[in-house]
Amino acid sequence: MDLDPVLLSRLQFAWVVGWHILLPAFTVGLASFIAMLEGVHAATQNPIFLRLSQFWLKIFAISFGMGVVTGIVMPFQFGTNWSRYSDAAGNVISPLLAYEGLTAFFLEAAFLGVLLFGRKLVPPAMHFVAALLVAAGTLFSSFWILATNSWMQTPTGHQVLDGRFFPESWMDIIFSPSFLYRLAHTVSAFYVTTAFVVLGVAAYTLRRGLFVAEGRVMLRLALWFLAIFVPLQMVLGDMHGLNTLKYQPAKLAAMEGLWDTGRGVPASIIGWPDMHAERNDAEIAIPKLGSLYLTHSWDGDVKGLKDFAPDERPPVPIVFSAFRIMVGIAVLMFAMVACGLLLLWRRRVDTTVWYLKLCQLAFPLGFIAVIAGWTTTEVGRQPWTIYGLLRTADSVSPSLTGFDVLLSLLLYVTVYLIMYPVGIAHMLRIVRAGPEPRDLEESIPVVSGRPQAPIRALPSIEGSTS
Amino acid sequence: MTPALDLIPIWTAILALGVFFYVALDGFDLGVGILYQFVPDREGRNLVMNSIAPIWDGNETWLVLGGLGLLAAFPLAFSIIIPAVYFPILFMLLGLIFRGVAFEFRYRDAEHRGFWDHAFCYGSAVATFAQGLVLGAFIQGFRVEGRHFAGSSFDWATPFCLVVGLALVCGYGLLGAGWLIIKTEGALQDWARRWGRRCLVGVVLGILIVSLWTPLIDPRIASRWFSWPNIALLAPVPIITAALVGYEWKSLSDRSEHAPYIVALVLFAMAYLGIAISLWPMIVPGHFTLQQAAASPSTQAFLLIGTLFLLPVILMYTGWSYWVFRGKVRADIGYH
Repeated sequence: MDLDPVLLSRLQFAWVVGWHILLPAFTVGLASFIAMLEGVHAATQNPIFLRLSQFWLKIFAISFGMGVVTGIVMPFQFGTNWSRYSDAAGNVISPLLAYEGLTAFFLEAAFLGVLLFGRKLVPPAMHFVAALLVAAGTLFSSFWILATNSWMQTPTGHQVLDGRFFPESWMDIIFSPSFLYRLAHTVSAFYVTTAFVVLGVAAYTLRRGLFVAEGRVMLRLALWFLAIFVPLQMVLGDMHGLNTLKYQPAKLAAMEGLWDTGRGVPASIIGWPDMHAERNDAEIAIPKLGSLYLTHSWDGDVKGLKDFAPDERPPVPIVFSAFRIMVGIAVLMFAMVACGLLLLWRRRVDTTVWYLKLCQLAFPLGFIAVIAGWTTTEVGRQPWTIYGLLRTADSVSPSLTGFDVLLSLLLYVTVYLIMYPVGIAHMLRIVRAGPEPRDLEESIPVVSGRPQAPIRALPSIEGSTS
Repeated sequence: MTPALDLIPIWTAILALGVFFYVALDGFDLGVGILYQFVPDREGRNLVMNSIAPIWDGNETWLVLGGLGLLAAFPLAFSIIIPAVYFPILFMLLGLIFRGVAFEFRYRDAEHRGFWDHAFCYGSAVATFAQGLVLGAFIQGFRVEGRHFAGSSFDWATPFCLVVGLALVCGYGLLGAGWLIIKTEGALQDWARRWGRRCLVGVVLGILIVSLWTPLIDPRIASRWFSWPNIALLAPVPIITAALVGYEWKSLSDRSEHAPYIVALVLFAMAYLGIAISLWPMIVPGHFTLQQAAASPSTQAFLLIGTLFLLPVILMYTGWSYWVFRGKVRADIGYH
């Protein structure tokens, strides 16, 4: 069998970025959540919020650490596997990536140390500021990385000389047409993802009957937050979709599974696109609905896939299915939140066991939706790295053999399959232990220059050392 | 497209400074990881780990900045050098993953603590060795066609690169020992001094071998150092280095607490200077100069504006976070 370095490099990038994105999807929201808990505690002195903050900080420490080490992998992928892309686009994308490091990574790293280990070393106000700055850092990071990604999706503000890209207007490069939509849709997705994890943990806590007060607070915070952000996210998604229709029509046609250009196009609910036959198998579609939500008119004109040369179409089945998974989850989330609000109104939300069970099961929904959305937009960009201008096949490092990439991919797979289950198991263990008040008493004797074990270790473990 | 002001020297300086900061900071915490397996008892191991737990993440950020700085300032160099060291970069990243997650995992997992202790230690050692391979490959040069690396993904597998890799392991070990001398006291500090001396022996051997071998690889480097009058002008470099080695040995052996780390850093700076003298003004040795590989003037200018503003701010708050965790780490004051 011939090993294709392009395909293997794509698989490797998908593997490392797919696992990595789960962590920012969680930590961006969690950093803001912790900053809010710290802020409420500073304002009200209510110890529940301090206990909750300390509890989520332990989970944050693990996920953030994993996010850092898997994040360092990412910029090096551009060099190791995509050197022709780096050579072609380096002049345009590199300052954006470097600004991510300068504005976000250092900020997060310096103040995370203080946030985790410094509660007793700095004044409470400074500790709150550290929480705010870590949260700000995660948002700055999202800003720059999505600006880079958006430029690759909808490139503007550059000129091409000899196949290489040169900057003309930095404003146009950073604020490319899809950027603000993508930024809003992605950050909102990250917040919703985190809120569903909080909701799931709250439900688990309430069902066990331990730390009931904390569970009630978390459940309400999560539900009210989601009541605003789930509908908002659906609106933002629609706006982002319309932006895609305008600037990346081939991607949109793949998302819709639409082959023929026309007026009054149908909306395909389910089906399986066949790229050779150029049609959808086993399809259920609603006539005219596609035009309605894409153009906001019953017989609006929409471009189909057949308008694009076969070698300029993305892998349709993947984009089509991933998009449906994302939208399906959005609908499910909406129903769950509506249900939760109804129960809250009837004052039964803390005792309705089936609903708590459902919330508990639903904690990974956001992650699945994020991966599905990311797949939709990234696979939908194919066969281009820079949409319409540089092909993925022309971006890979010329020196690589298929064997090289297979070897590295296998190593990444092995290492991630060790790290992620262990990390997730540790986070679940913290959830099982719950927001114990003892954590705070223990952290009091820390004095200058004497940080304890990273966060508090489990007593049973530390007990054996002393 | 002639720029009003040539920014390339500024970017060369920023990148050189960034790499040096990386070596100075992540160098010591990788070094602490390398020495970790030799710490005699668990109490000591917890201390050693605690001495870097709040700061390692910020230190590692300089690596990202170094990589992205190279891409931003010299994109051509980035797209030739990084694929040429495909596997060393892979080993480095995987090593950094293992050591990075070990900070949290070893505290939360009593049953597998041994595994994560090893992950921390060998991860640090592998990452360091791989960085040495990258440095070695950089010095020995790359096969290039047009704007692309044209060699194989295993060109770095030479005895020369292996020696540089081992030398860097000793070098980071020395920095790690210097850091532990600052942060610990008593028996643990004596232990760090002993290991500091062992690492210093390795460093001296490494510097000697690399210094003699490099001119043999490349006649241009030989003529740079040994032609008249360069030989006289550059003579202070080896002389100062030798004096620093003597001073480092002395400060590792007497009671000085800060000197071992600082002198080790100056020693690194001298080795760095030696490599710069050998290769200047090439950024892809043998093929492209700094000038030829530089990014477009607009790219350099756009990033420079922010960098000149942000870098001092970063140094300030990073300094502050070190200040918060100043002083000796001790285990006897705690909650258990």
